[in-house]
Amino acid sequence: MINYVFKRILSVIPVLLIVAVVVFSITYLTPGDPARVILGADATETEVIELQEKMGLNDSPIEQFTRWFGNLLQGDLGDSYFMNKSVMAAFADHFMPTLSLALMAQLIAILIALPLGIFAAVRRGSVLDQTVMGISLIGISVPSFLLALILVLIFSVNLGLLPVAGYQPLTAGLDMHLRYLLMPAVALGAMQAALITRMTRSAMLEVFNNNYIKTAHSKGVKEKKVLFKHALRNAALPILTVIGQTFGVLITGAAVVETVFNIPGIGQLIINSVERRDFPVIQGVVLLISITYVLLNLIIDLLYGVLDPRIRLDKK
Amino acid sequence: MQQVSINTKDLKKRMYAEQRSLWIKRFFYNKMLVFGSLLLILLGFLVLILPFFIKSDPLVMDTVNRFKAPSSEHWFGTDSYGRDVFSRVIYGGRVSIIIGLAVTLISGFFGLVIGVCSAYYRSLDHILMRFCDGLMAFPAILLAIAIMATMGPNSFNVVIALSIVFTPYVARVVRSSAIVIKEQTYIEALKSQGASAWRILALHIAPNTISPLIIQCTFIFADTILTEAALSFLGAGIPAPEPSWGNILYDGKLAIFNAWWMTAFPGVALLLTVLGLNLFGDGLRDLLDPHTNKAKK
Repeated sequence: MINYVFKRILSVIPVLLIVAVVVFSITYLTPGDPARVILGADATETEVIELQEKMGLNDSPIEQFTRWFGNLLQGDLGDSYFMNKSVMAAFADHFMPTLSLALMAQLIAILIALPLGIFAAVRRGSVLDQTVMGISLIGISVPSFLLALILVLIFSVNLGLLPVAGYQPLTAGLDMHLRYLLMPAVALGAMQAALITRMTRSAMLEVFNNNYIKTAHSKGVKEKKVLFKHALRNAALPILTVIGQTFGVLITGAAVVETVFNIPGIGQLIINSVERRDFPVIQGVVLLISITYVLLNLIIDLLYGVLDPRIRLDKK
Repeated sequence: MQQVSINTKDLKKRMYAEQRSLWIKRFFYNKMLVFGSLLLILLGFLVLILPFFIKSDPLVMDTVNRFKAPSSEHWFGTDSYGRDVFSRVIYGGRVSIIIGLAVTLISGFFGLVIGVCSAYYRSLDHILMRFCDGLMAFPAILLAIAIMATMGPNSFNVVIALSIVFTPYVARVVRSSAIVIKEQTYIEALKSQGASAWRILALHIAPNTISPLIIQCTFIFADTILTEAALSFLGAGIPAPEPSWGNILYDGKLAIFNAWWMTAFPGVALLLTVLGLNLFGDGLRDLLDPHTNKAKK
């Protein structure tokens, strides 16, 4: 087991390195001079040259990369060109709303998807199954920002039930927090729910084909027990993978949905930074989210080993 | 002697005819594929052919007729500048589909080359696949936003950014099926006959990865359209005033209290296109690659 964990953790290092190189080169290849962007169009040539010298922009790319990477290892992602704070501080300021939204969307998705997927698998071919599959197919075809707009049209513009946009932190009270987050979370969680439903259904069906399920049935084990103890446990791995892998997608998806609802999260930060060409922030946010994404996948893989002994034995 | 040769020709003809009718039967048996294809043909007609016949210009502003509800004159109403939403949706669809096709072809081609090469050359495999892992570690939209931010928003850059984002996904699929093909006996036979690596790769391995490649490309097409819409919606894709479903929806969001039609119509168009592609892709997978999907049926 330790061997497996060790190997898996080692395998993440080259991926993270490539992520860092790609992020660095995206900004390095940027047309236009960062010094010019910071100082604005009115700055004189000497001021620009002075700042270039100070920022080390005239050094070779390798030197710039090593300096940047060295700082990165110490948790220093540089400072924003426009906000008077470090990229890390800006990220931290905007992270909570995004995380809150992503977690709530995930929760809604799981609560809807697991029962539906299991039911659809048990009653395979029934009207219920076909309806669930049909809806989930539409679900994976609706982008979250579109669903968000449709929900706003129905629940805010026409029915006036929920606020159109905005965000209340948890400190404003749980009910306020949830009131503002409900629509964004549903919009974001819908595609997730559709994916998990389909995965649950197909994983359950695959397990149903196994002989041990037939054995359990013929032994006279109760239907419920077969379903939850024998089938669901063995179907858990692919379901868990989908949930885990798509959680990273949820965090970026949250960034898109946030802009519909004016939620001050990572999405707003990155969109504002793109408009202002605030490259350290773009670079930093992309890097941090990708690292989160890679680490999440690592955690899932390690959980795999815990849940399914076959995997850690195979990989020895 | 003459008689026999005619007979085999006949037989061959009959065999091919039978095979054809079998494929046709399988096609029509596959409801998802039929429905998906119909949807795509219909949308393709609307978006690619119709622009030659409609008179209203998607860019012409008419400030007197702002926010007009759908009517016989403006089927989908008018937007905040008085532009005809129907022609904007149709032209926007053309932009979406052209970008989708371009990205699918480019990432399909490079994905095929990278996938086949890394399956065949062990030494290349490590470098190429780690690089793909690195690119796939970025969430698609985020990487696209970062690339667009550096290159600046225009349609050409959208194609480049999305091709970079989606190529690894094709390469992965092609590689995994090429690895299986590489171990087949006939490849061994070709090698022992002295066929060059390029000949084996281009004429024998690449053509055999075609069905997973096509299936993956259908999904890439759908993803491209979704991601392009999201990018344009966020203001990092196709810049205004050129219509694209994403930026029409962005205009719709600003006017959501005044004009529901600015959100509803481009939204439905986007939904139907992606749904059509997903149905088509799922159906195609059942048709071409029955093994992977047995459990789901």
